[in-house]
Amino acid sequence: MAMHEPILSIAGLTKVYSGGVRALDDVDLEIRKGEIFALLGPNGAGKTTLIGAVCGLVRPSGGVITAFGHDLSREWRAARARIGLVPQELSTDMFETVERAVSYSRGLFGHPPEKARIHEILRSLSLYEKRSAQIRELSGGMKRRVLIAKALAHEPELLFLDEPTAGVDVELRKDMWQQISALRERGTTVILTTHYIEEAEEMADRVGIIRGGKILMVDDKASMMKRLGRTEAVLQLAEPLSELPPSISAFPLELSANGRELCFRGGDGTGKGRKQVAELTKALIAAGIDFTGIDIRESSLEDIFVSLLSDQQEAAQ
Amino acid sequence: MSFGFNARGAWSIYTRELMRALRTAFQSILSPVLTTSLYFIVFGTVIGARMEPVDGVAYGAFIIPGLLMLTLLGETTSNSSFGIYMPRFTGTIYELLSAPVGVAETLIGFVGAAATKGLLLAGIILVTATFFVDYEIKYPLFAALYIMLIAASFSLFGFILGIWADGFEKLGIIPLLILTPLTFLGGTFYSIDDLPEPWNSVALANPIAFLVSGLRWTFYGTSDVPIELSLGLTLGFLVICTAIIAFIFKTGWRLRE
Repeated sequence: MAMHEPILSIAGLTKVYSGGVRALDDVDLEIRKGEIFALLGPNGAGKTTLIGAVCGLVRPSGGVITAFGHDLSREWRAARARIGLVPQELSTDMFETVERAVSYSRGLFGHPPEKARIHEILRSLSLYEKRSAQIRELSGGMKRRVLIAKALAHEPELLFLDEPTAGVDVELRKDMWQQISALRERGTTVILTTHYIEEAEEMADRVGIIRGGKILMVDDKASMMKRLGRTEAVLQLAEPLSELPPSISAFPLELSANGRELCFRGGDGTGKGRKQVAELTKALIAAGIDFTGIDIRESSLEDIFVSLLSDQQEAAQ
Repeated sequence: MSFGFNARGAWSIYTRELMRALRTAFQSILSPVLTTSLYFIVFGTVIGARMEPVDGVAYGAFIIPGLLMLTLLGETTSNSSFGIYMPRFTGTIYELLSAPVGVAETLIGFVGAAATKGLLLAGIILVTATFFVDYEIKYPLFAALYIMLIAASFSLFGFILGIWADGFEKLGIIPLLILTPLTFLGGTFYSIDDLPEPWNSVALANPIAFLVSGLRWTFYGTSDVPIELSLGLTLGFLVICTAIIAFIFKTGWRLRE
């Protein structure tokens, strides 16, 4: 299978719950082999429903899902055997030992109980020493790792992580990111949902933004940043200005704080804006406008995300 | 990997359910055996010694099939309903639903394990009974097959119950408020033939009476209703339960949103 050939294709996926809530509305999405895809969206956007529809937890109301060339409505056994899921909730038999829980998951997906393979998975997730412990005895972070170990037990080629770091501390979150990166290195395709934008920014190759059951945008993270990114610079002026002098009016500027601050918002996600800010400072000096400080920042994925959602909200009103 | 029937998946569910029973051995094995032993002591040994034989069978021996049925129905239904309800309640059902296992593997796993536990219990109870009462089984092979059929049927029934229930209360209602009273009134402690009208007809409206009667026939060759009727009713119940479960999996009722 070629690198960019989709291993998961979703076409026209719709889910209307019995209460009438349209959780997914004609969703089209393709996932490429070997990538980390982050699905971003606020609570109730449809992220978990989308995962549920692919993994067999939710019955779609319409649309076609194809995984590894298998239509999920007909060849679900073959498709599911290659898909793993780490749910958002810490759902596991708390009285089971770690090793038995992972072994059970492996068997459930039709694999023989190879102890060596299970131990390897447990070692990779730093769970080996706890293999004989009951899951209830473990810390929250370790319980989450057990869920990952269970999902990896059958060596899936496509792994869904539903909010993998929800409610975990910063240290564990970074640890989790390392685990996910290690999965990619092993060739596993990862789809993760999150509302931590930082997480998507850190790990994802591509990002999809979902809201109200609709996919608003899917793009490479780098392209998205380039296309929608901005540079923002705030210059604190030595003397307030009542209006912009003509020599700097070509720059995307506006005055604020009663003329004491000059705000630049421009460029794109490539760093072009920084160059423009440098030119602006030269122009200010040439125009005899003194400034006492400058704050400059590139827009983050979070800014893009928030801006996209608010644009869509405005359009809807 | 080519994927047809997932035998390893079914085996995994089956062994895990049996392990769960072992983990809770006091509740799932020792407790019903103790309860049934008390029945044998009170009704079999103490009261039974003063009772006339029923249909030529000593009273202590007469009540064995009924008591066996009482335990079998309660335990297989509870085990199976609990087995599928708990994953739904705790959310671990996600793993089952996302795995390449269908209705056949799920039933073999959950229902098979519940039926196995039921058979194990039946064996222990029959052995325990020998300490209190003298009895012989007239058709042992037929008795074993009939017990298996009952265990499988009520495990299927329990599975439906576990999917239907949306709380622990509902889970307990059917075994406690319906199965147990119907078994008590289904000729466990007396022969339905001895009841005067209209109670004889009322008793025959109780489907459990047919099951108790059928099991008693395999033990002693005597029954209140023809064995063919008992067998047909049990098989019919098994078929209906299987059809309902097939429907549940097809529609995803209470399993998939």
